[in-house]
Amino acid sequence: MQSTSILSAEVTVALPEKSLVTLTINGEKKQLELAPWTTLLDALREYLDLTGTKKGCDHGQCGACTVLVDGKRINSCLTLAVMKEGASITTIEGLATVDENATVQLHPLQDAFIQHDAYQCGYCTPGQICSAVGLMNEGRAKTTDDIRELMSGNICRCGAYPHIVDAISEVMQIDKNS
Amino acid sequence: MTQYIGKPINRVDGLDKVTGKARYAAEFNVPELAYGVVISSAITKGKIVRIDASDALSLEGVLQVFTHENRPKLAWFDLSYKDQDAPPGSPFRPLHDEKIKYSGQPVALVVAETYEVARYAASLIQIEYEEEEHETSLEANKDRARKPKSGLASALKPPPPKPRGDFEEVFNAAPVRTISRYVHSVEHHNPMEMFATTVVYEKKGKLTIYDKTQGAPNSQLYVSQVFNIPFRDVRVISPYVGGAFGSALRPQYQLFLAVLAARELKRSVRVSLTRQQMFTFGHRPATNQTIALGANADGEMTAMYHEAISETSRFEDYTEVVVNWSGMLYPPENVILDYKLVPLDVYTPLDMRAPGGVTGVSALECAVDELAYKLGIDPLEFRLKNYTERDMNEDLPYSSKELRECFRQGAERFGWAKRNPEPRSMRNGSNLIGWGMATGIWDAMQMPARAEAVLMVNGKLRVSSATADIGTGTYTVMTQIAADTLGMPVEDVLFKLGDTELPLAPIQGGSWTVATVGSAVKAVCEDLGKTLFKLAKKLPGSPFSKVDYQDVVFLDKSIQLKADSALRVSLQDVVDSNGGRAVRETSTSLPNMLQQRKYARSVHSAVFAEVQIDEELGTVKVTRLVSAIAGGRIINPKTARSQIIGGMVWGISKALEEESVMDHQVGRFMNHSLAEYHVAVNADIHELDVVFVEEDDTIVNPLGAKGLGEIGIVGVPAAISNAVFHATGKRIRELPITLDKLL
Repeated sequence: MQSTSILSAEVTVALPEKSLVTLTINGEKKQLELAPWTTLLDALREYLDLTGTKKGCDHGQCGACTVLVDGKRINSCLTLAVMKEGASITTIEGLATVDENATVQLHPLQDAFIQHDAYQCGYCTPGQICSAVGLMNEGRAKTTDDIRELMSGNICRCGAYPHIVDAISEVMQIDKNS
Repeated sequence: MTQYIGKPINRVDGLDKVTGKARYAAEFNVPELAYGVVISSAITKGKIVRIDASDALSLEGVLQVFTHENRPKLAWFDLSYKDQDAPPGSPFRPLHDEKIKYSGQPVALVVAETYEVARYAASLIQIEYEEEEHETSLEANKDRARKPKSGLASALKPPPPKPRGDFEEVFNAAPVRTISRYVHSVEHHNPMEMFATTVVYEKKGKLTIYDKTQGAPNSQLYVSQVFNIPFRDVRVISPYVGGAFGSALRPQYQLFLAVLAARELKRSVRVSLTRQQMFTFGHRPATNQTIALGANADGEMTAMYHEAISETSRFEDYTEVVVNWSGMLYPPENVILDYKLVPLDVYTPLDMRAPGGVTGVSALECAVDELAYKLGIDPLEFRLKNYTERDMNEDLPYSSKELRECFRQGAERFGWAKRNPEPRSMRNGSNLIGWGMATGIWDAMQMPARAEAVLMVNGKLRVSSATADIGTGTYTVMTQIAADTLGMPVEDVLFKLGDTELPLAPIQGGSWTVATVGSAVKAVCEDLGKTLFKLAKKLPGSPFSKVDYQDVVFLDKSIQLKADSALRVSLQDVVDSNGGRAVRETSTSLPNMLQQRKYARSVHSAVFAEVQIDEELGTVKVTRLVSAIAGGRIINPKTARSQIIGGMVWGISKALEEESVMDHQVGRFMNHSLAEYHVAVNADIHELDVVFVEEDDTIVNPLGAKGLGEIGIVGVPAAISNAVFHATGKRIRELPITLDKLL
């Protein structure tokens, strides 16, 4: 097909083929028919109704979309869903556990965020918490300055940073004055 | 009773927020949802001469491309497009005609079965423009500055007062004088949640709209008027808002486009903006300020001139209060305050956290520091010497003003007394250290609002008002106020907001929500209490049959005799006696104008900053910030502290980082992403200390609480600028203070 394009002489109008993608999300196996251009973030939000993972820029610049892939924190907006075939993905919805009495046990970071008021609008919060889980898995942060530096990929426009650091350092048992 | 008011309870919506259950405007998924992607104008001024959407329309899954050529007929009069925060002028109408008024203007909406297809289709649309010359630079067009038009909005944003005394004569004769010019850049709100609207197309064309808004009723009003739909057929819901900071005070164009598409296609549509498009509507305007101050030799300020020139769009006169603060904070008798606008080819500016306040006070408080240095007086001592108990603009006393106590407690916490006033006198290795301070002020406003309270058959209390919680803590503090008024545990109180089916409340702005909606919640719970008491009196064998309302209290889910708490009736028994029905009341709370107009009503702060500056690199780090706040009664110290801390982070960000850089050749903001528009990140924020000074105010509203949303930012940029001067000896009068300005 041709068009009288201003920018380029020729534009091909065709949609990419869809394929079956299998992802393990919060311990559950999910199969989706997705075109390769669907990001992991859009797959979660638009195809699986897991809207806890947020879109703040779609360019890997804000961290709101942070999820854990095999325990490592990544920006799900910069990841195509097809790239994660077979991977185990944890989102904010999968951090709390339900015990035998059907009582919800929050992840210690979720509880610490509530206690320290480490949020305001709550939009960056799932990304902050997933990122903090990733940070703990990495084992690099030893001081609050390390936390500040290593959590700087997650923007909080409300400016809850001091409380976010308090919450994370408490869970990691890092001295607040370090 | 105050079991909860004043207590640092956790946010009642916290669990939803940490588990991902809180849903924002783009997160209400419904069957058969179509997705819209907006195309933004590639030019700044001119017109569209041709749109070729044929490739896009031929794509499988594309439903329609909406442009000015095929949009339906809509409301004609400007008035229909005016929302509650519309400034004087003619509001922008998306897809109205072929004219382009600013860079990034929405010119088309592509709607498709999936987001990805809509996005791809948008890239296939060819638009040809005819460009005209544009003017976007405030600096280059300053000579066109003129007085702003006035309108309804002027009531909340008063123009500068008339000159008083004889500024010129007194200034010219003053032994100590300063004249300086301050330049501030454009800034964008950039809340983390991008603007989005999900329109659910219901039976018979009724619309349920999930919108990102600081006031669901404002969006409802706009949609109803523009599309000529009865109010009852438009319901706007907004339970969570992912930050707004003023950006959602006006309905943005994605709402218009989503509603248009849903009505034309007769199906549910979602339109989300991109981060780049977050730079294509309101912003904090660029400003250019001149301040001249005169003092006598012993440090009494005698003359003050403060002029601000600000930008607006060609179609609306956006104003903010920039200069009036000077006359509210300082007592000189010879004063000229002036404010002018320059219309440019940009979108209309929009209230952004402490609009005008942080702009004017940032300049004023630097100028005051300059004058104090010229006089050789400590900046804190100078402010105490020139303290005013009255708002000199209105010549009214303050309803309360514990600013002196803010100065005292803030200075003590910071260690101000140990400061060596000499610039460049403090060092830490290769770093220069500087200490600076500034004052902050913001209005303590109250608006009318309605609320409903229902004691439900299960004995729980449901209270509601169509206000918003943009992260400020509305859900939590309203729950506290309701719980205390009716003696209920917070666990048994449910507060609902963000829904046009609820009683009317104004847009959430101006730091007035606690004062406004809090007063309505208190009033309606008191009214419900009276009704419950009447029912309790009628119960068989009621202990209250001969008791008056003022002799009882509400405590422990019961009505108790003040004199003998053993004489009580449980609220459950009261509602049980109501024939199986809940007991409900709706009330309106109005500000007590007769009383309030005799006073100036403000919230104040004193801010102390420590900066550390690498002398070779010019990098500035704010190592310590103390903010002492006189904000009346603090309902929840935990959420209040978060608001102030948030404001302080904004202050650091404004002082050192934020700037929407426009290339005036093309008339477009070039750094339209979060990688290039810098906001403070975690590593930029160090020790932040908040002190709430005790302040008793019986005038501002029945709760005695003043709003805290804006005051946190107001004094911070000036305190940092003054600390930078103390560290380096350089006065930087242009914000943000980036390293190039220090080298």
